[in-house]
Formats: sequence, C-alpha cells, structure tokens
Amino acid sequence: MANSYYDPADLRKFGNITEWSEELGNRFFEYYGKVFEEGALSAREKSLIALAVAHVVKCPYCIDAYTKDGLQRGITKEEMMEAVHAGAAIESGATLVHGVQMMNKYNKLSM
Amino acid sequence: MLAESNKQLEVLNGGVFANGELPYFKDKIAKTGHFPLRPRKLEILQINVGYMCNQVCEHCHVDAGPDRKEIMTRETMSLCLDIVRTTGAHTLDLTGGAPEMNPDFRWFVEEAAKAGIKDFIVRSNLTIIRANKKYHDLPEFFKKHNVHVISSMPHYTRGKTDKQRGDGVFDKSIKALQELNAIGYGIPNSPLRLDLVYNPSGAFLPGDQAAMERDFKKALKEDFKIDFHNLFAITNLPISRFLDYLIASGNYEDYMYALVEAYNPAAVENVMCTNTLSIGWDGWIYDCDFNQMLGLKVASKIQHIRDYNETVLNDRNIIISQHCYGCTAGAGSSCQGSVV
Repeated sequence: MANSYYDPADLRKFGNITEWSEELGNRFFEYYGKVFEEGALSAREKSLIALAVAHVVKCPYCIDAYTKDGLQRGITKEEMMEAVHAGAAIESGATLVHGVQMMNKYNKLSM
Repeated sequence: MLAESNKQLEVLNGGVFANGELPYFKDKIAKTGHFPLRPRKLEILQINVGYMCNQVCEHCHVDAGPDRKEIMTRETMSLCLDIVRTTGAHTLDLTGGAPEMNPDFRWFVEEAAKAGIKDFIVRSNLTIIRANKKYHDLPEFFKKHNVHVISSMPHYTRGKTDKQRGDGVFDKSIKALQELNAIGYGIPNSPLRLDLVYNPSGAFLPGDQAAMERDFKKALKEDFKIDFHNLFAITNLPISRFLDYLIASGNYEDYMYALVEAYNPAAVENVMCTNTLSIGWDGWIYDCDFNQMLGLKVASKIQHIRDYNETVLNDRNIIISQHCYGCTAGAGSSCQGSVV
C-alpha cells in the first residue's frame, strides 16, 4: 500500500476497475469514450470543460489527464486558466448564492 | 547530454523495458505479426546534407547548431542522384541542420530536377530566409525549381514557438511564410507546396492531425493572413536532446508508457522506414533519420551509398529499438505526419 491517498502512477491503472466489475466498467469506459468524441461540441471544447470540472471536483488524476490532453490538442495555458476560472466562478457563486438563504433566515428570525 | 548513441540505447533498452513493465518494441510488433520489419520498394530518399543550422532548438534530434561542421560534399550528393536514377525513387527529402546552408544546396536542387525527381522536399526552418542577405532570394529560387517546402511551426502562438525554437523565431517565421505566400506558395490549389510540421513542445503526444490543422489554419489566417496546405503532426522520438529533456524533467517513464499504450498495429504497416532510406552527410545508409542519429547503420553488407545495390539492401531487416514506439503511437508518425 502507498503511504498517501493519491499516487500519480495509479492513473495508468484506471482501466483495471473493470477487473472487479467487468460489465459496468466496460459500459462506463464505452460511455466515457463516446462523450469525448467530436459532436455538437468539438473535442477541444469538451477537453476544456473536463479541465474546469476536474478542478471543481478536485480530482488530481483528472487535472493531470486533462492538462496533458489540452497540451496535446494545442490548447494554450491562457485558455486552460480561463476554464479553471469559469469552474471556480460557478463554485464560488454556488456558495455565495446561499447567502440569500442566510439573509432570508436572518430576516425571518429578527424582529 | 546523452549525445553518445550507445548511452541512449542503454537507456532505451533498460529501465521499464528491462524490468518487464513495458514490452520491448520487437515483442510488441511480433504479437501483431510485424516482426521482422522488412523494407518495401524504395520511394523516398531522405538525405541529411549537414548538421549546420542557424537555430538551436530544444527538441532537435540531430543536435544541430551553428557550430556543427559535418557537411555533405557535392561528390556524395552525386551518388545520391545515381540512386534516384537507378531505383526510380520519386521523392528527395532534404533535412539538416538547415539544408540551405550547405554550399552545394542550389547545385543539388538543379541537378535533382534533371534526374527526374517528382517531389523535391526541403525541410526549411523558415528563419534561414531572413538570417542573412545571401538567403533572401531563397523563396524565388524555390519557386523556380518547384521545391516543396516543409517547415516546422510548433504553434500558432508566439510564446510556444519561441520557447521551443528560440526568441524571435516566431516573428521571423511569420514573415517568411508571408513572403512564400506572396509568390504563390501555400495558396489553395497552388502547385507550389507549402506544408507545416507541428511537433509537441513537451512530454506529450500530438493530438489529432486534422483537428490541429483546422486550428492552425484558422489562427494563422485570422492573425497573419497566412495560407498553407497541410499540417503534419509529428511525435517527438525519445532520442538525443529530447531524451535528455525527458530524463531531466522526470517525464521519461510516463512518456514511454504513453507511447506504448498508444501502439497502433495499423501504423506499423505504414512506418516510413519501409519505403524510405536515410542517407547521412557522409554517405552512410540508415533505415531512418532517427537510427541515423543513434548511429545504427542498416543491417546489410551494403552500408554506404558508394556501394549501393538495391537488391542486396532490400533483403535486410530494419533495425528497431524502443524509440520506434514513437512512429507507431496513435495515428502513427512519419516525416509526412500521421500514417493511418
């Protein structure tokens, strides 16, 4: 066992999850592959969305994978950072919009 | 610097391959029925006319630069043309260094036209055109002899290009491309061929060639009104300066994993070493430009162009090692880009 929860080398072993549940694992990877194909959105656009989400869900494997994927697609570092900001803005907005709930409750309880 | 080729081969044969984590290239292609790798009919003669170059690029597998003295003589060039005449090879592909810096470059272009070459490629770094007054007329010279220009362009942004190829390279390259466009090179439907080569500026593989071509065309047209024909996406092979970089940056193992995982048997069918011979500046014969840089001469009784014999040479096995994974990853990679 590794001494930390995350080991970068584990990313290479992602496919091994099918070993303990073959059908579900295979269906997941098939779905995953299909999602990132060219479609109404380009594969390039989807790569940037994935990078933003990777940061929001704070998945170190996904951050490594989609930084590399972006480089492979010729995406610039400025584009990547803007995508991260888009994710961060939604995440912080999601926190702040709850401020309205706090204000509502405060007002209701106050004379 | 792992400049000595035997040290590079030690690295490529050791580590994750020696301990069984990853399969040797030989074993991998044997599983798909491609071992031993054998040559088909010779179509392309790729000639390194010397290591001298006006640039010193980070990824250069030739280790080229202004201080390199290795240069092909006119006599050796004549022997190359003899091969063209006897074999019917239709393409000459000149590499360097900067091929244009060879003092006999123009003579060679003129003689090749007489020898009946259909496609005469010069791998031009573009900046050479602006490097010195004596090169300013190169675009007109290329046009006069219908030279097919293929140029490296790491990215359509200044920052990425200059980081890989040196400060100021992007602006000079853009000017050179505009000059070539102005005389008809790279314009849609023009017979004057202008192609660009993209290779990743780091420890990652190139993305889809068609998608990258679309991005390059859009950006270069919008920002600089530049046209070109095709973009070739080339994988960096783990040798020479790029191997040094992979090791120094701690990326070597991950890069080899990525290459092996992306192995594509369909790419093996079309690897360039099966229809190309690589000739060194001093006339030695190699299976490809990369084997040339590793000092791996062809496995044949005939190893020098002064003794050239098509039948004997075609009856050989192509020399392979783990760097060959670079040509079989994903859509494959060759000096003409993807092969699948």
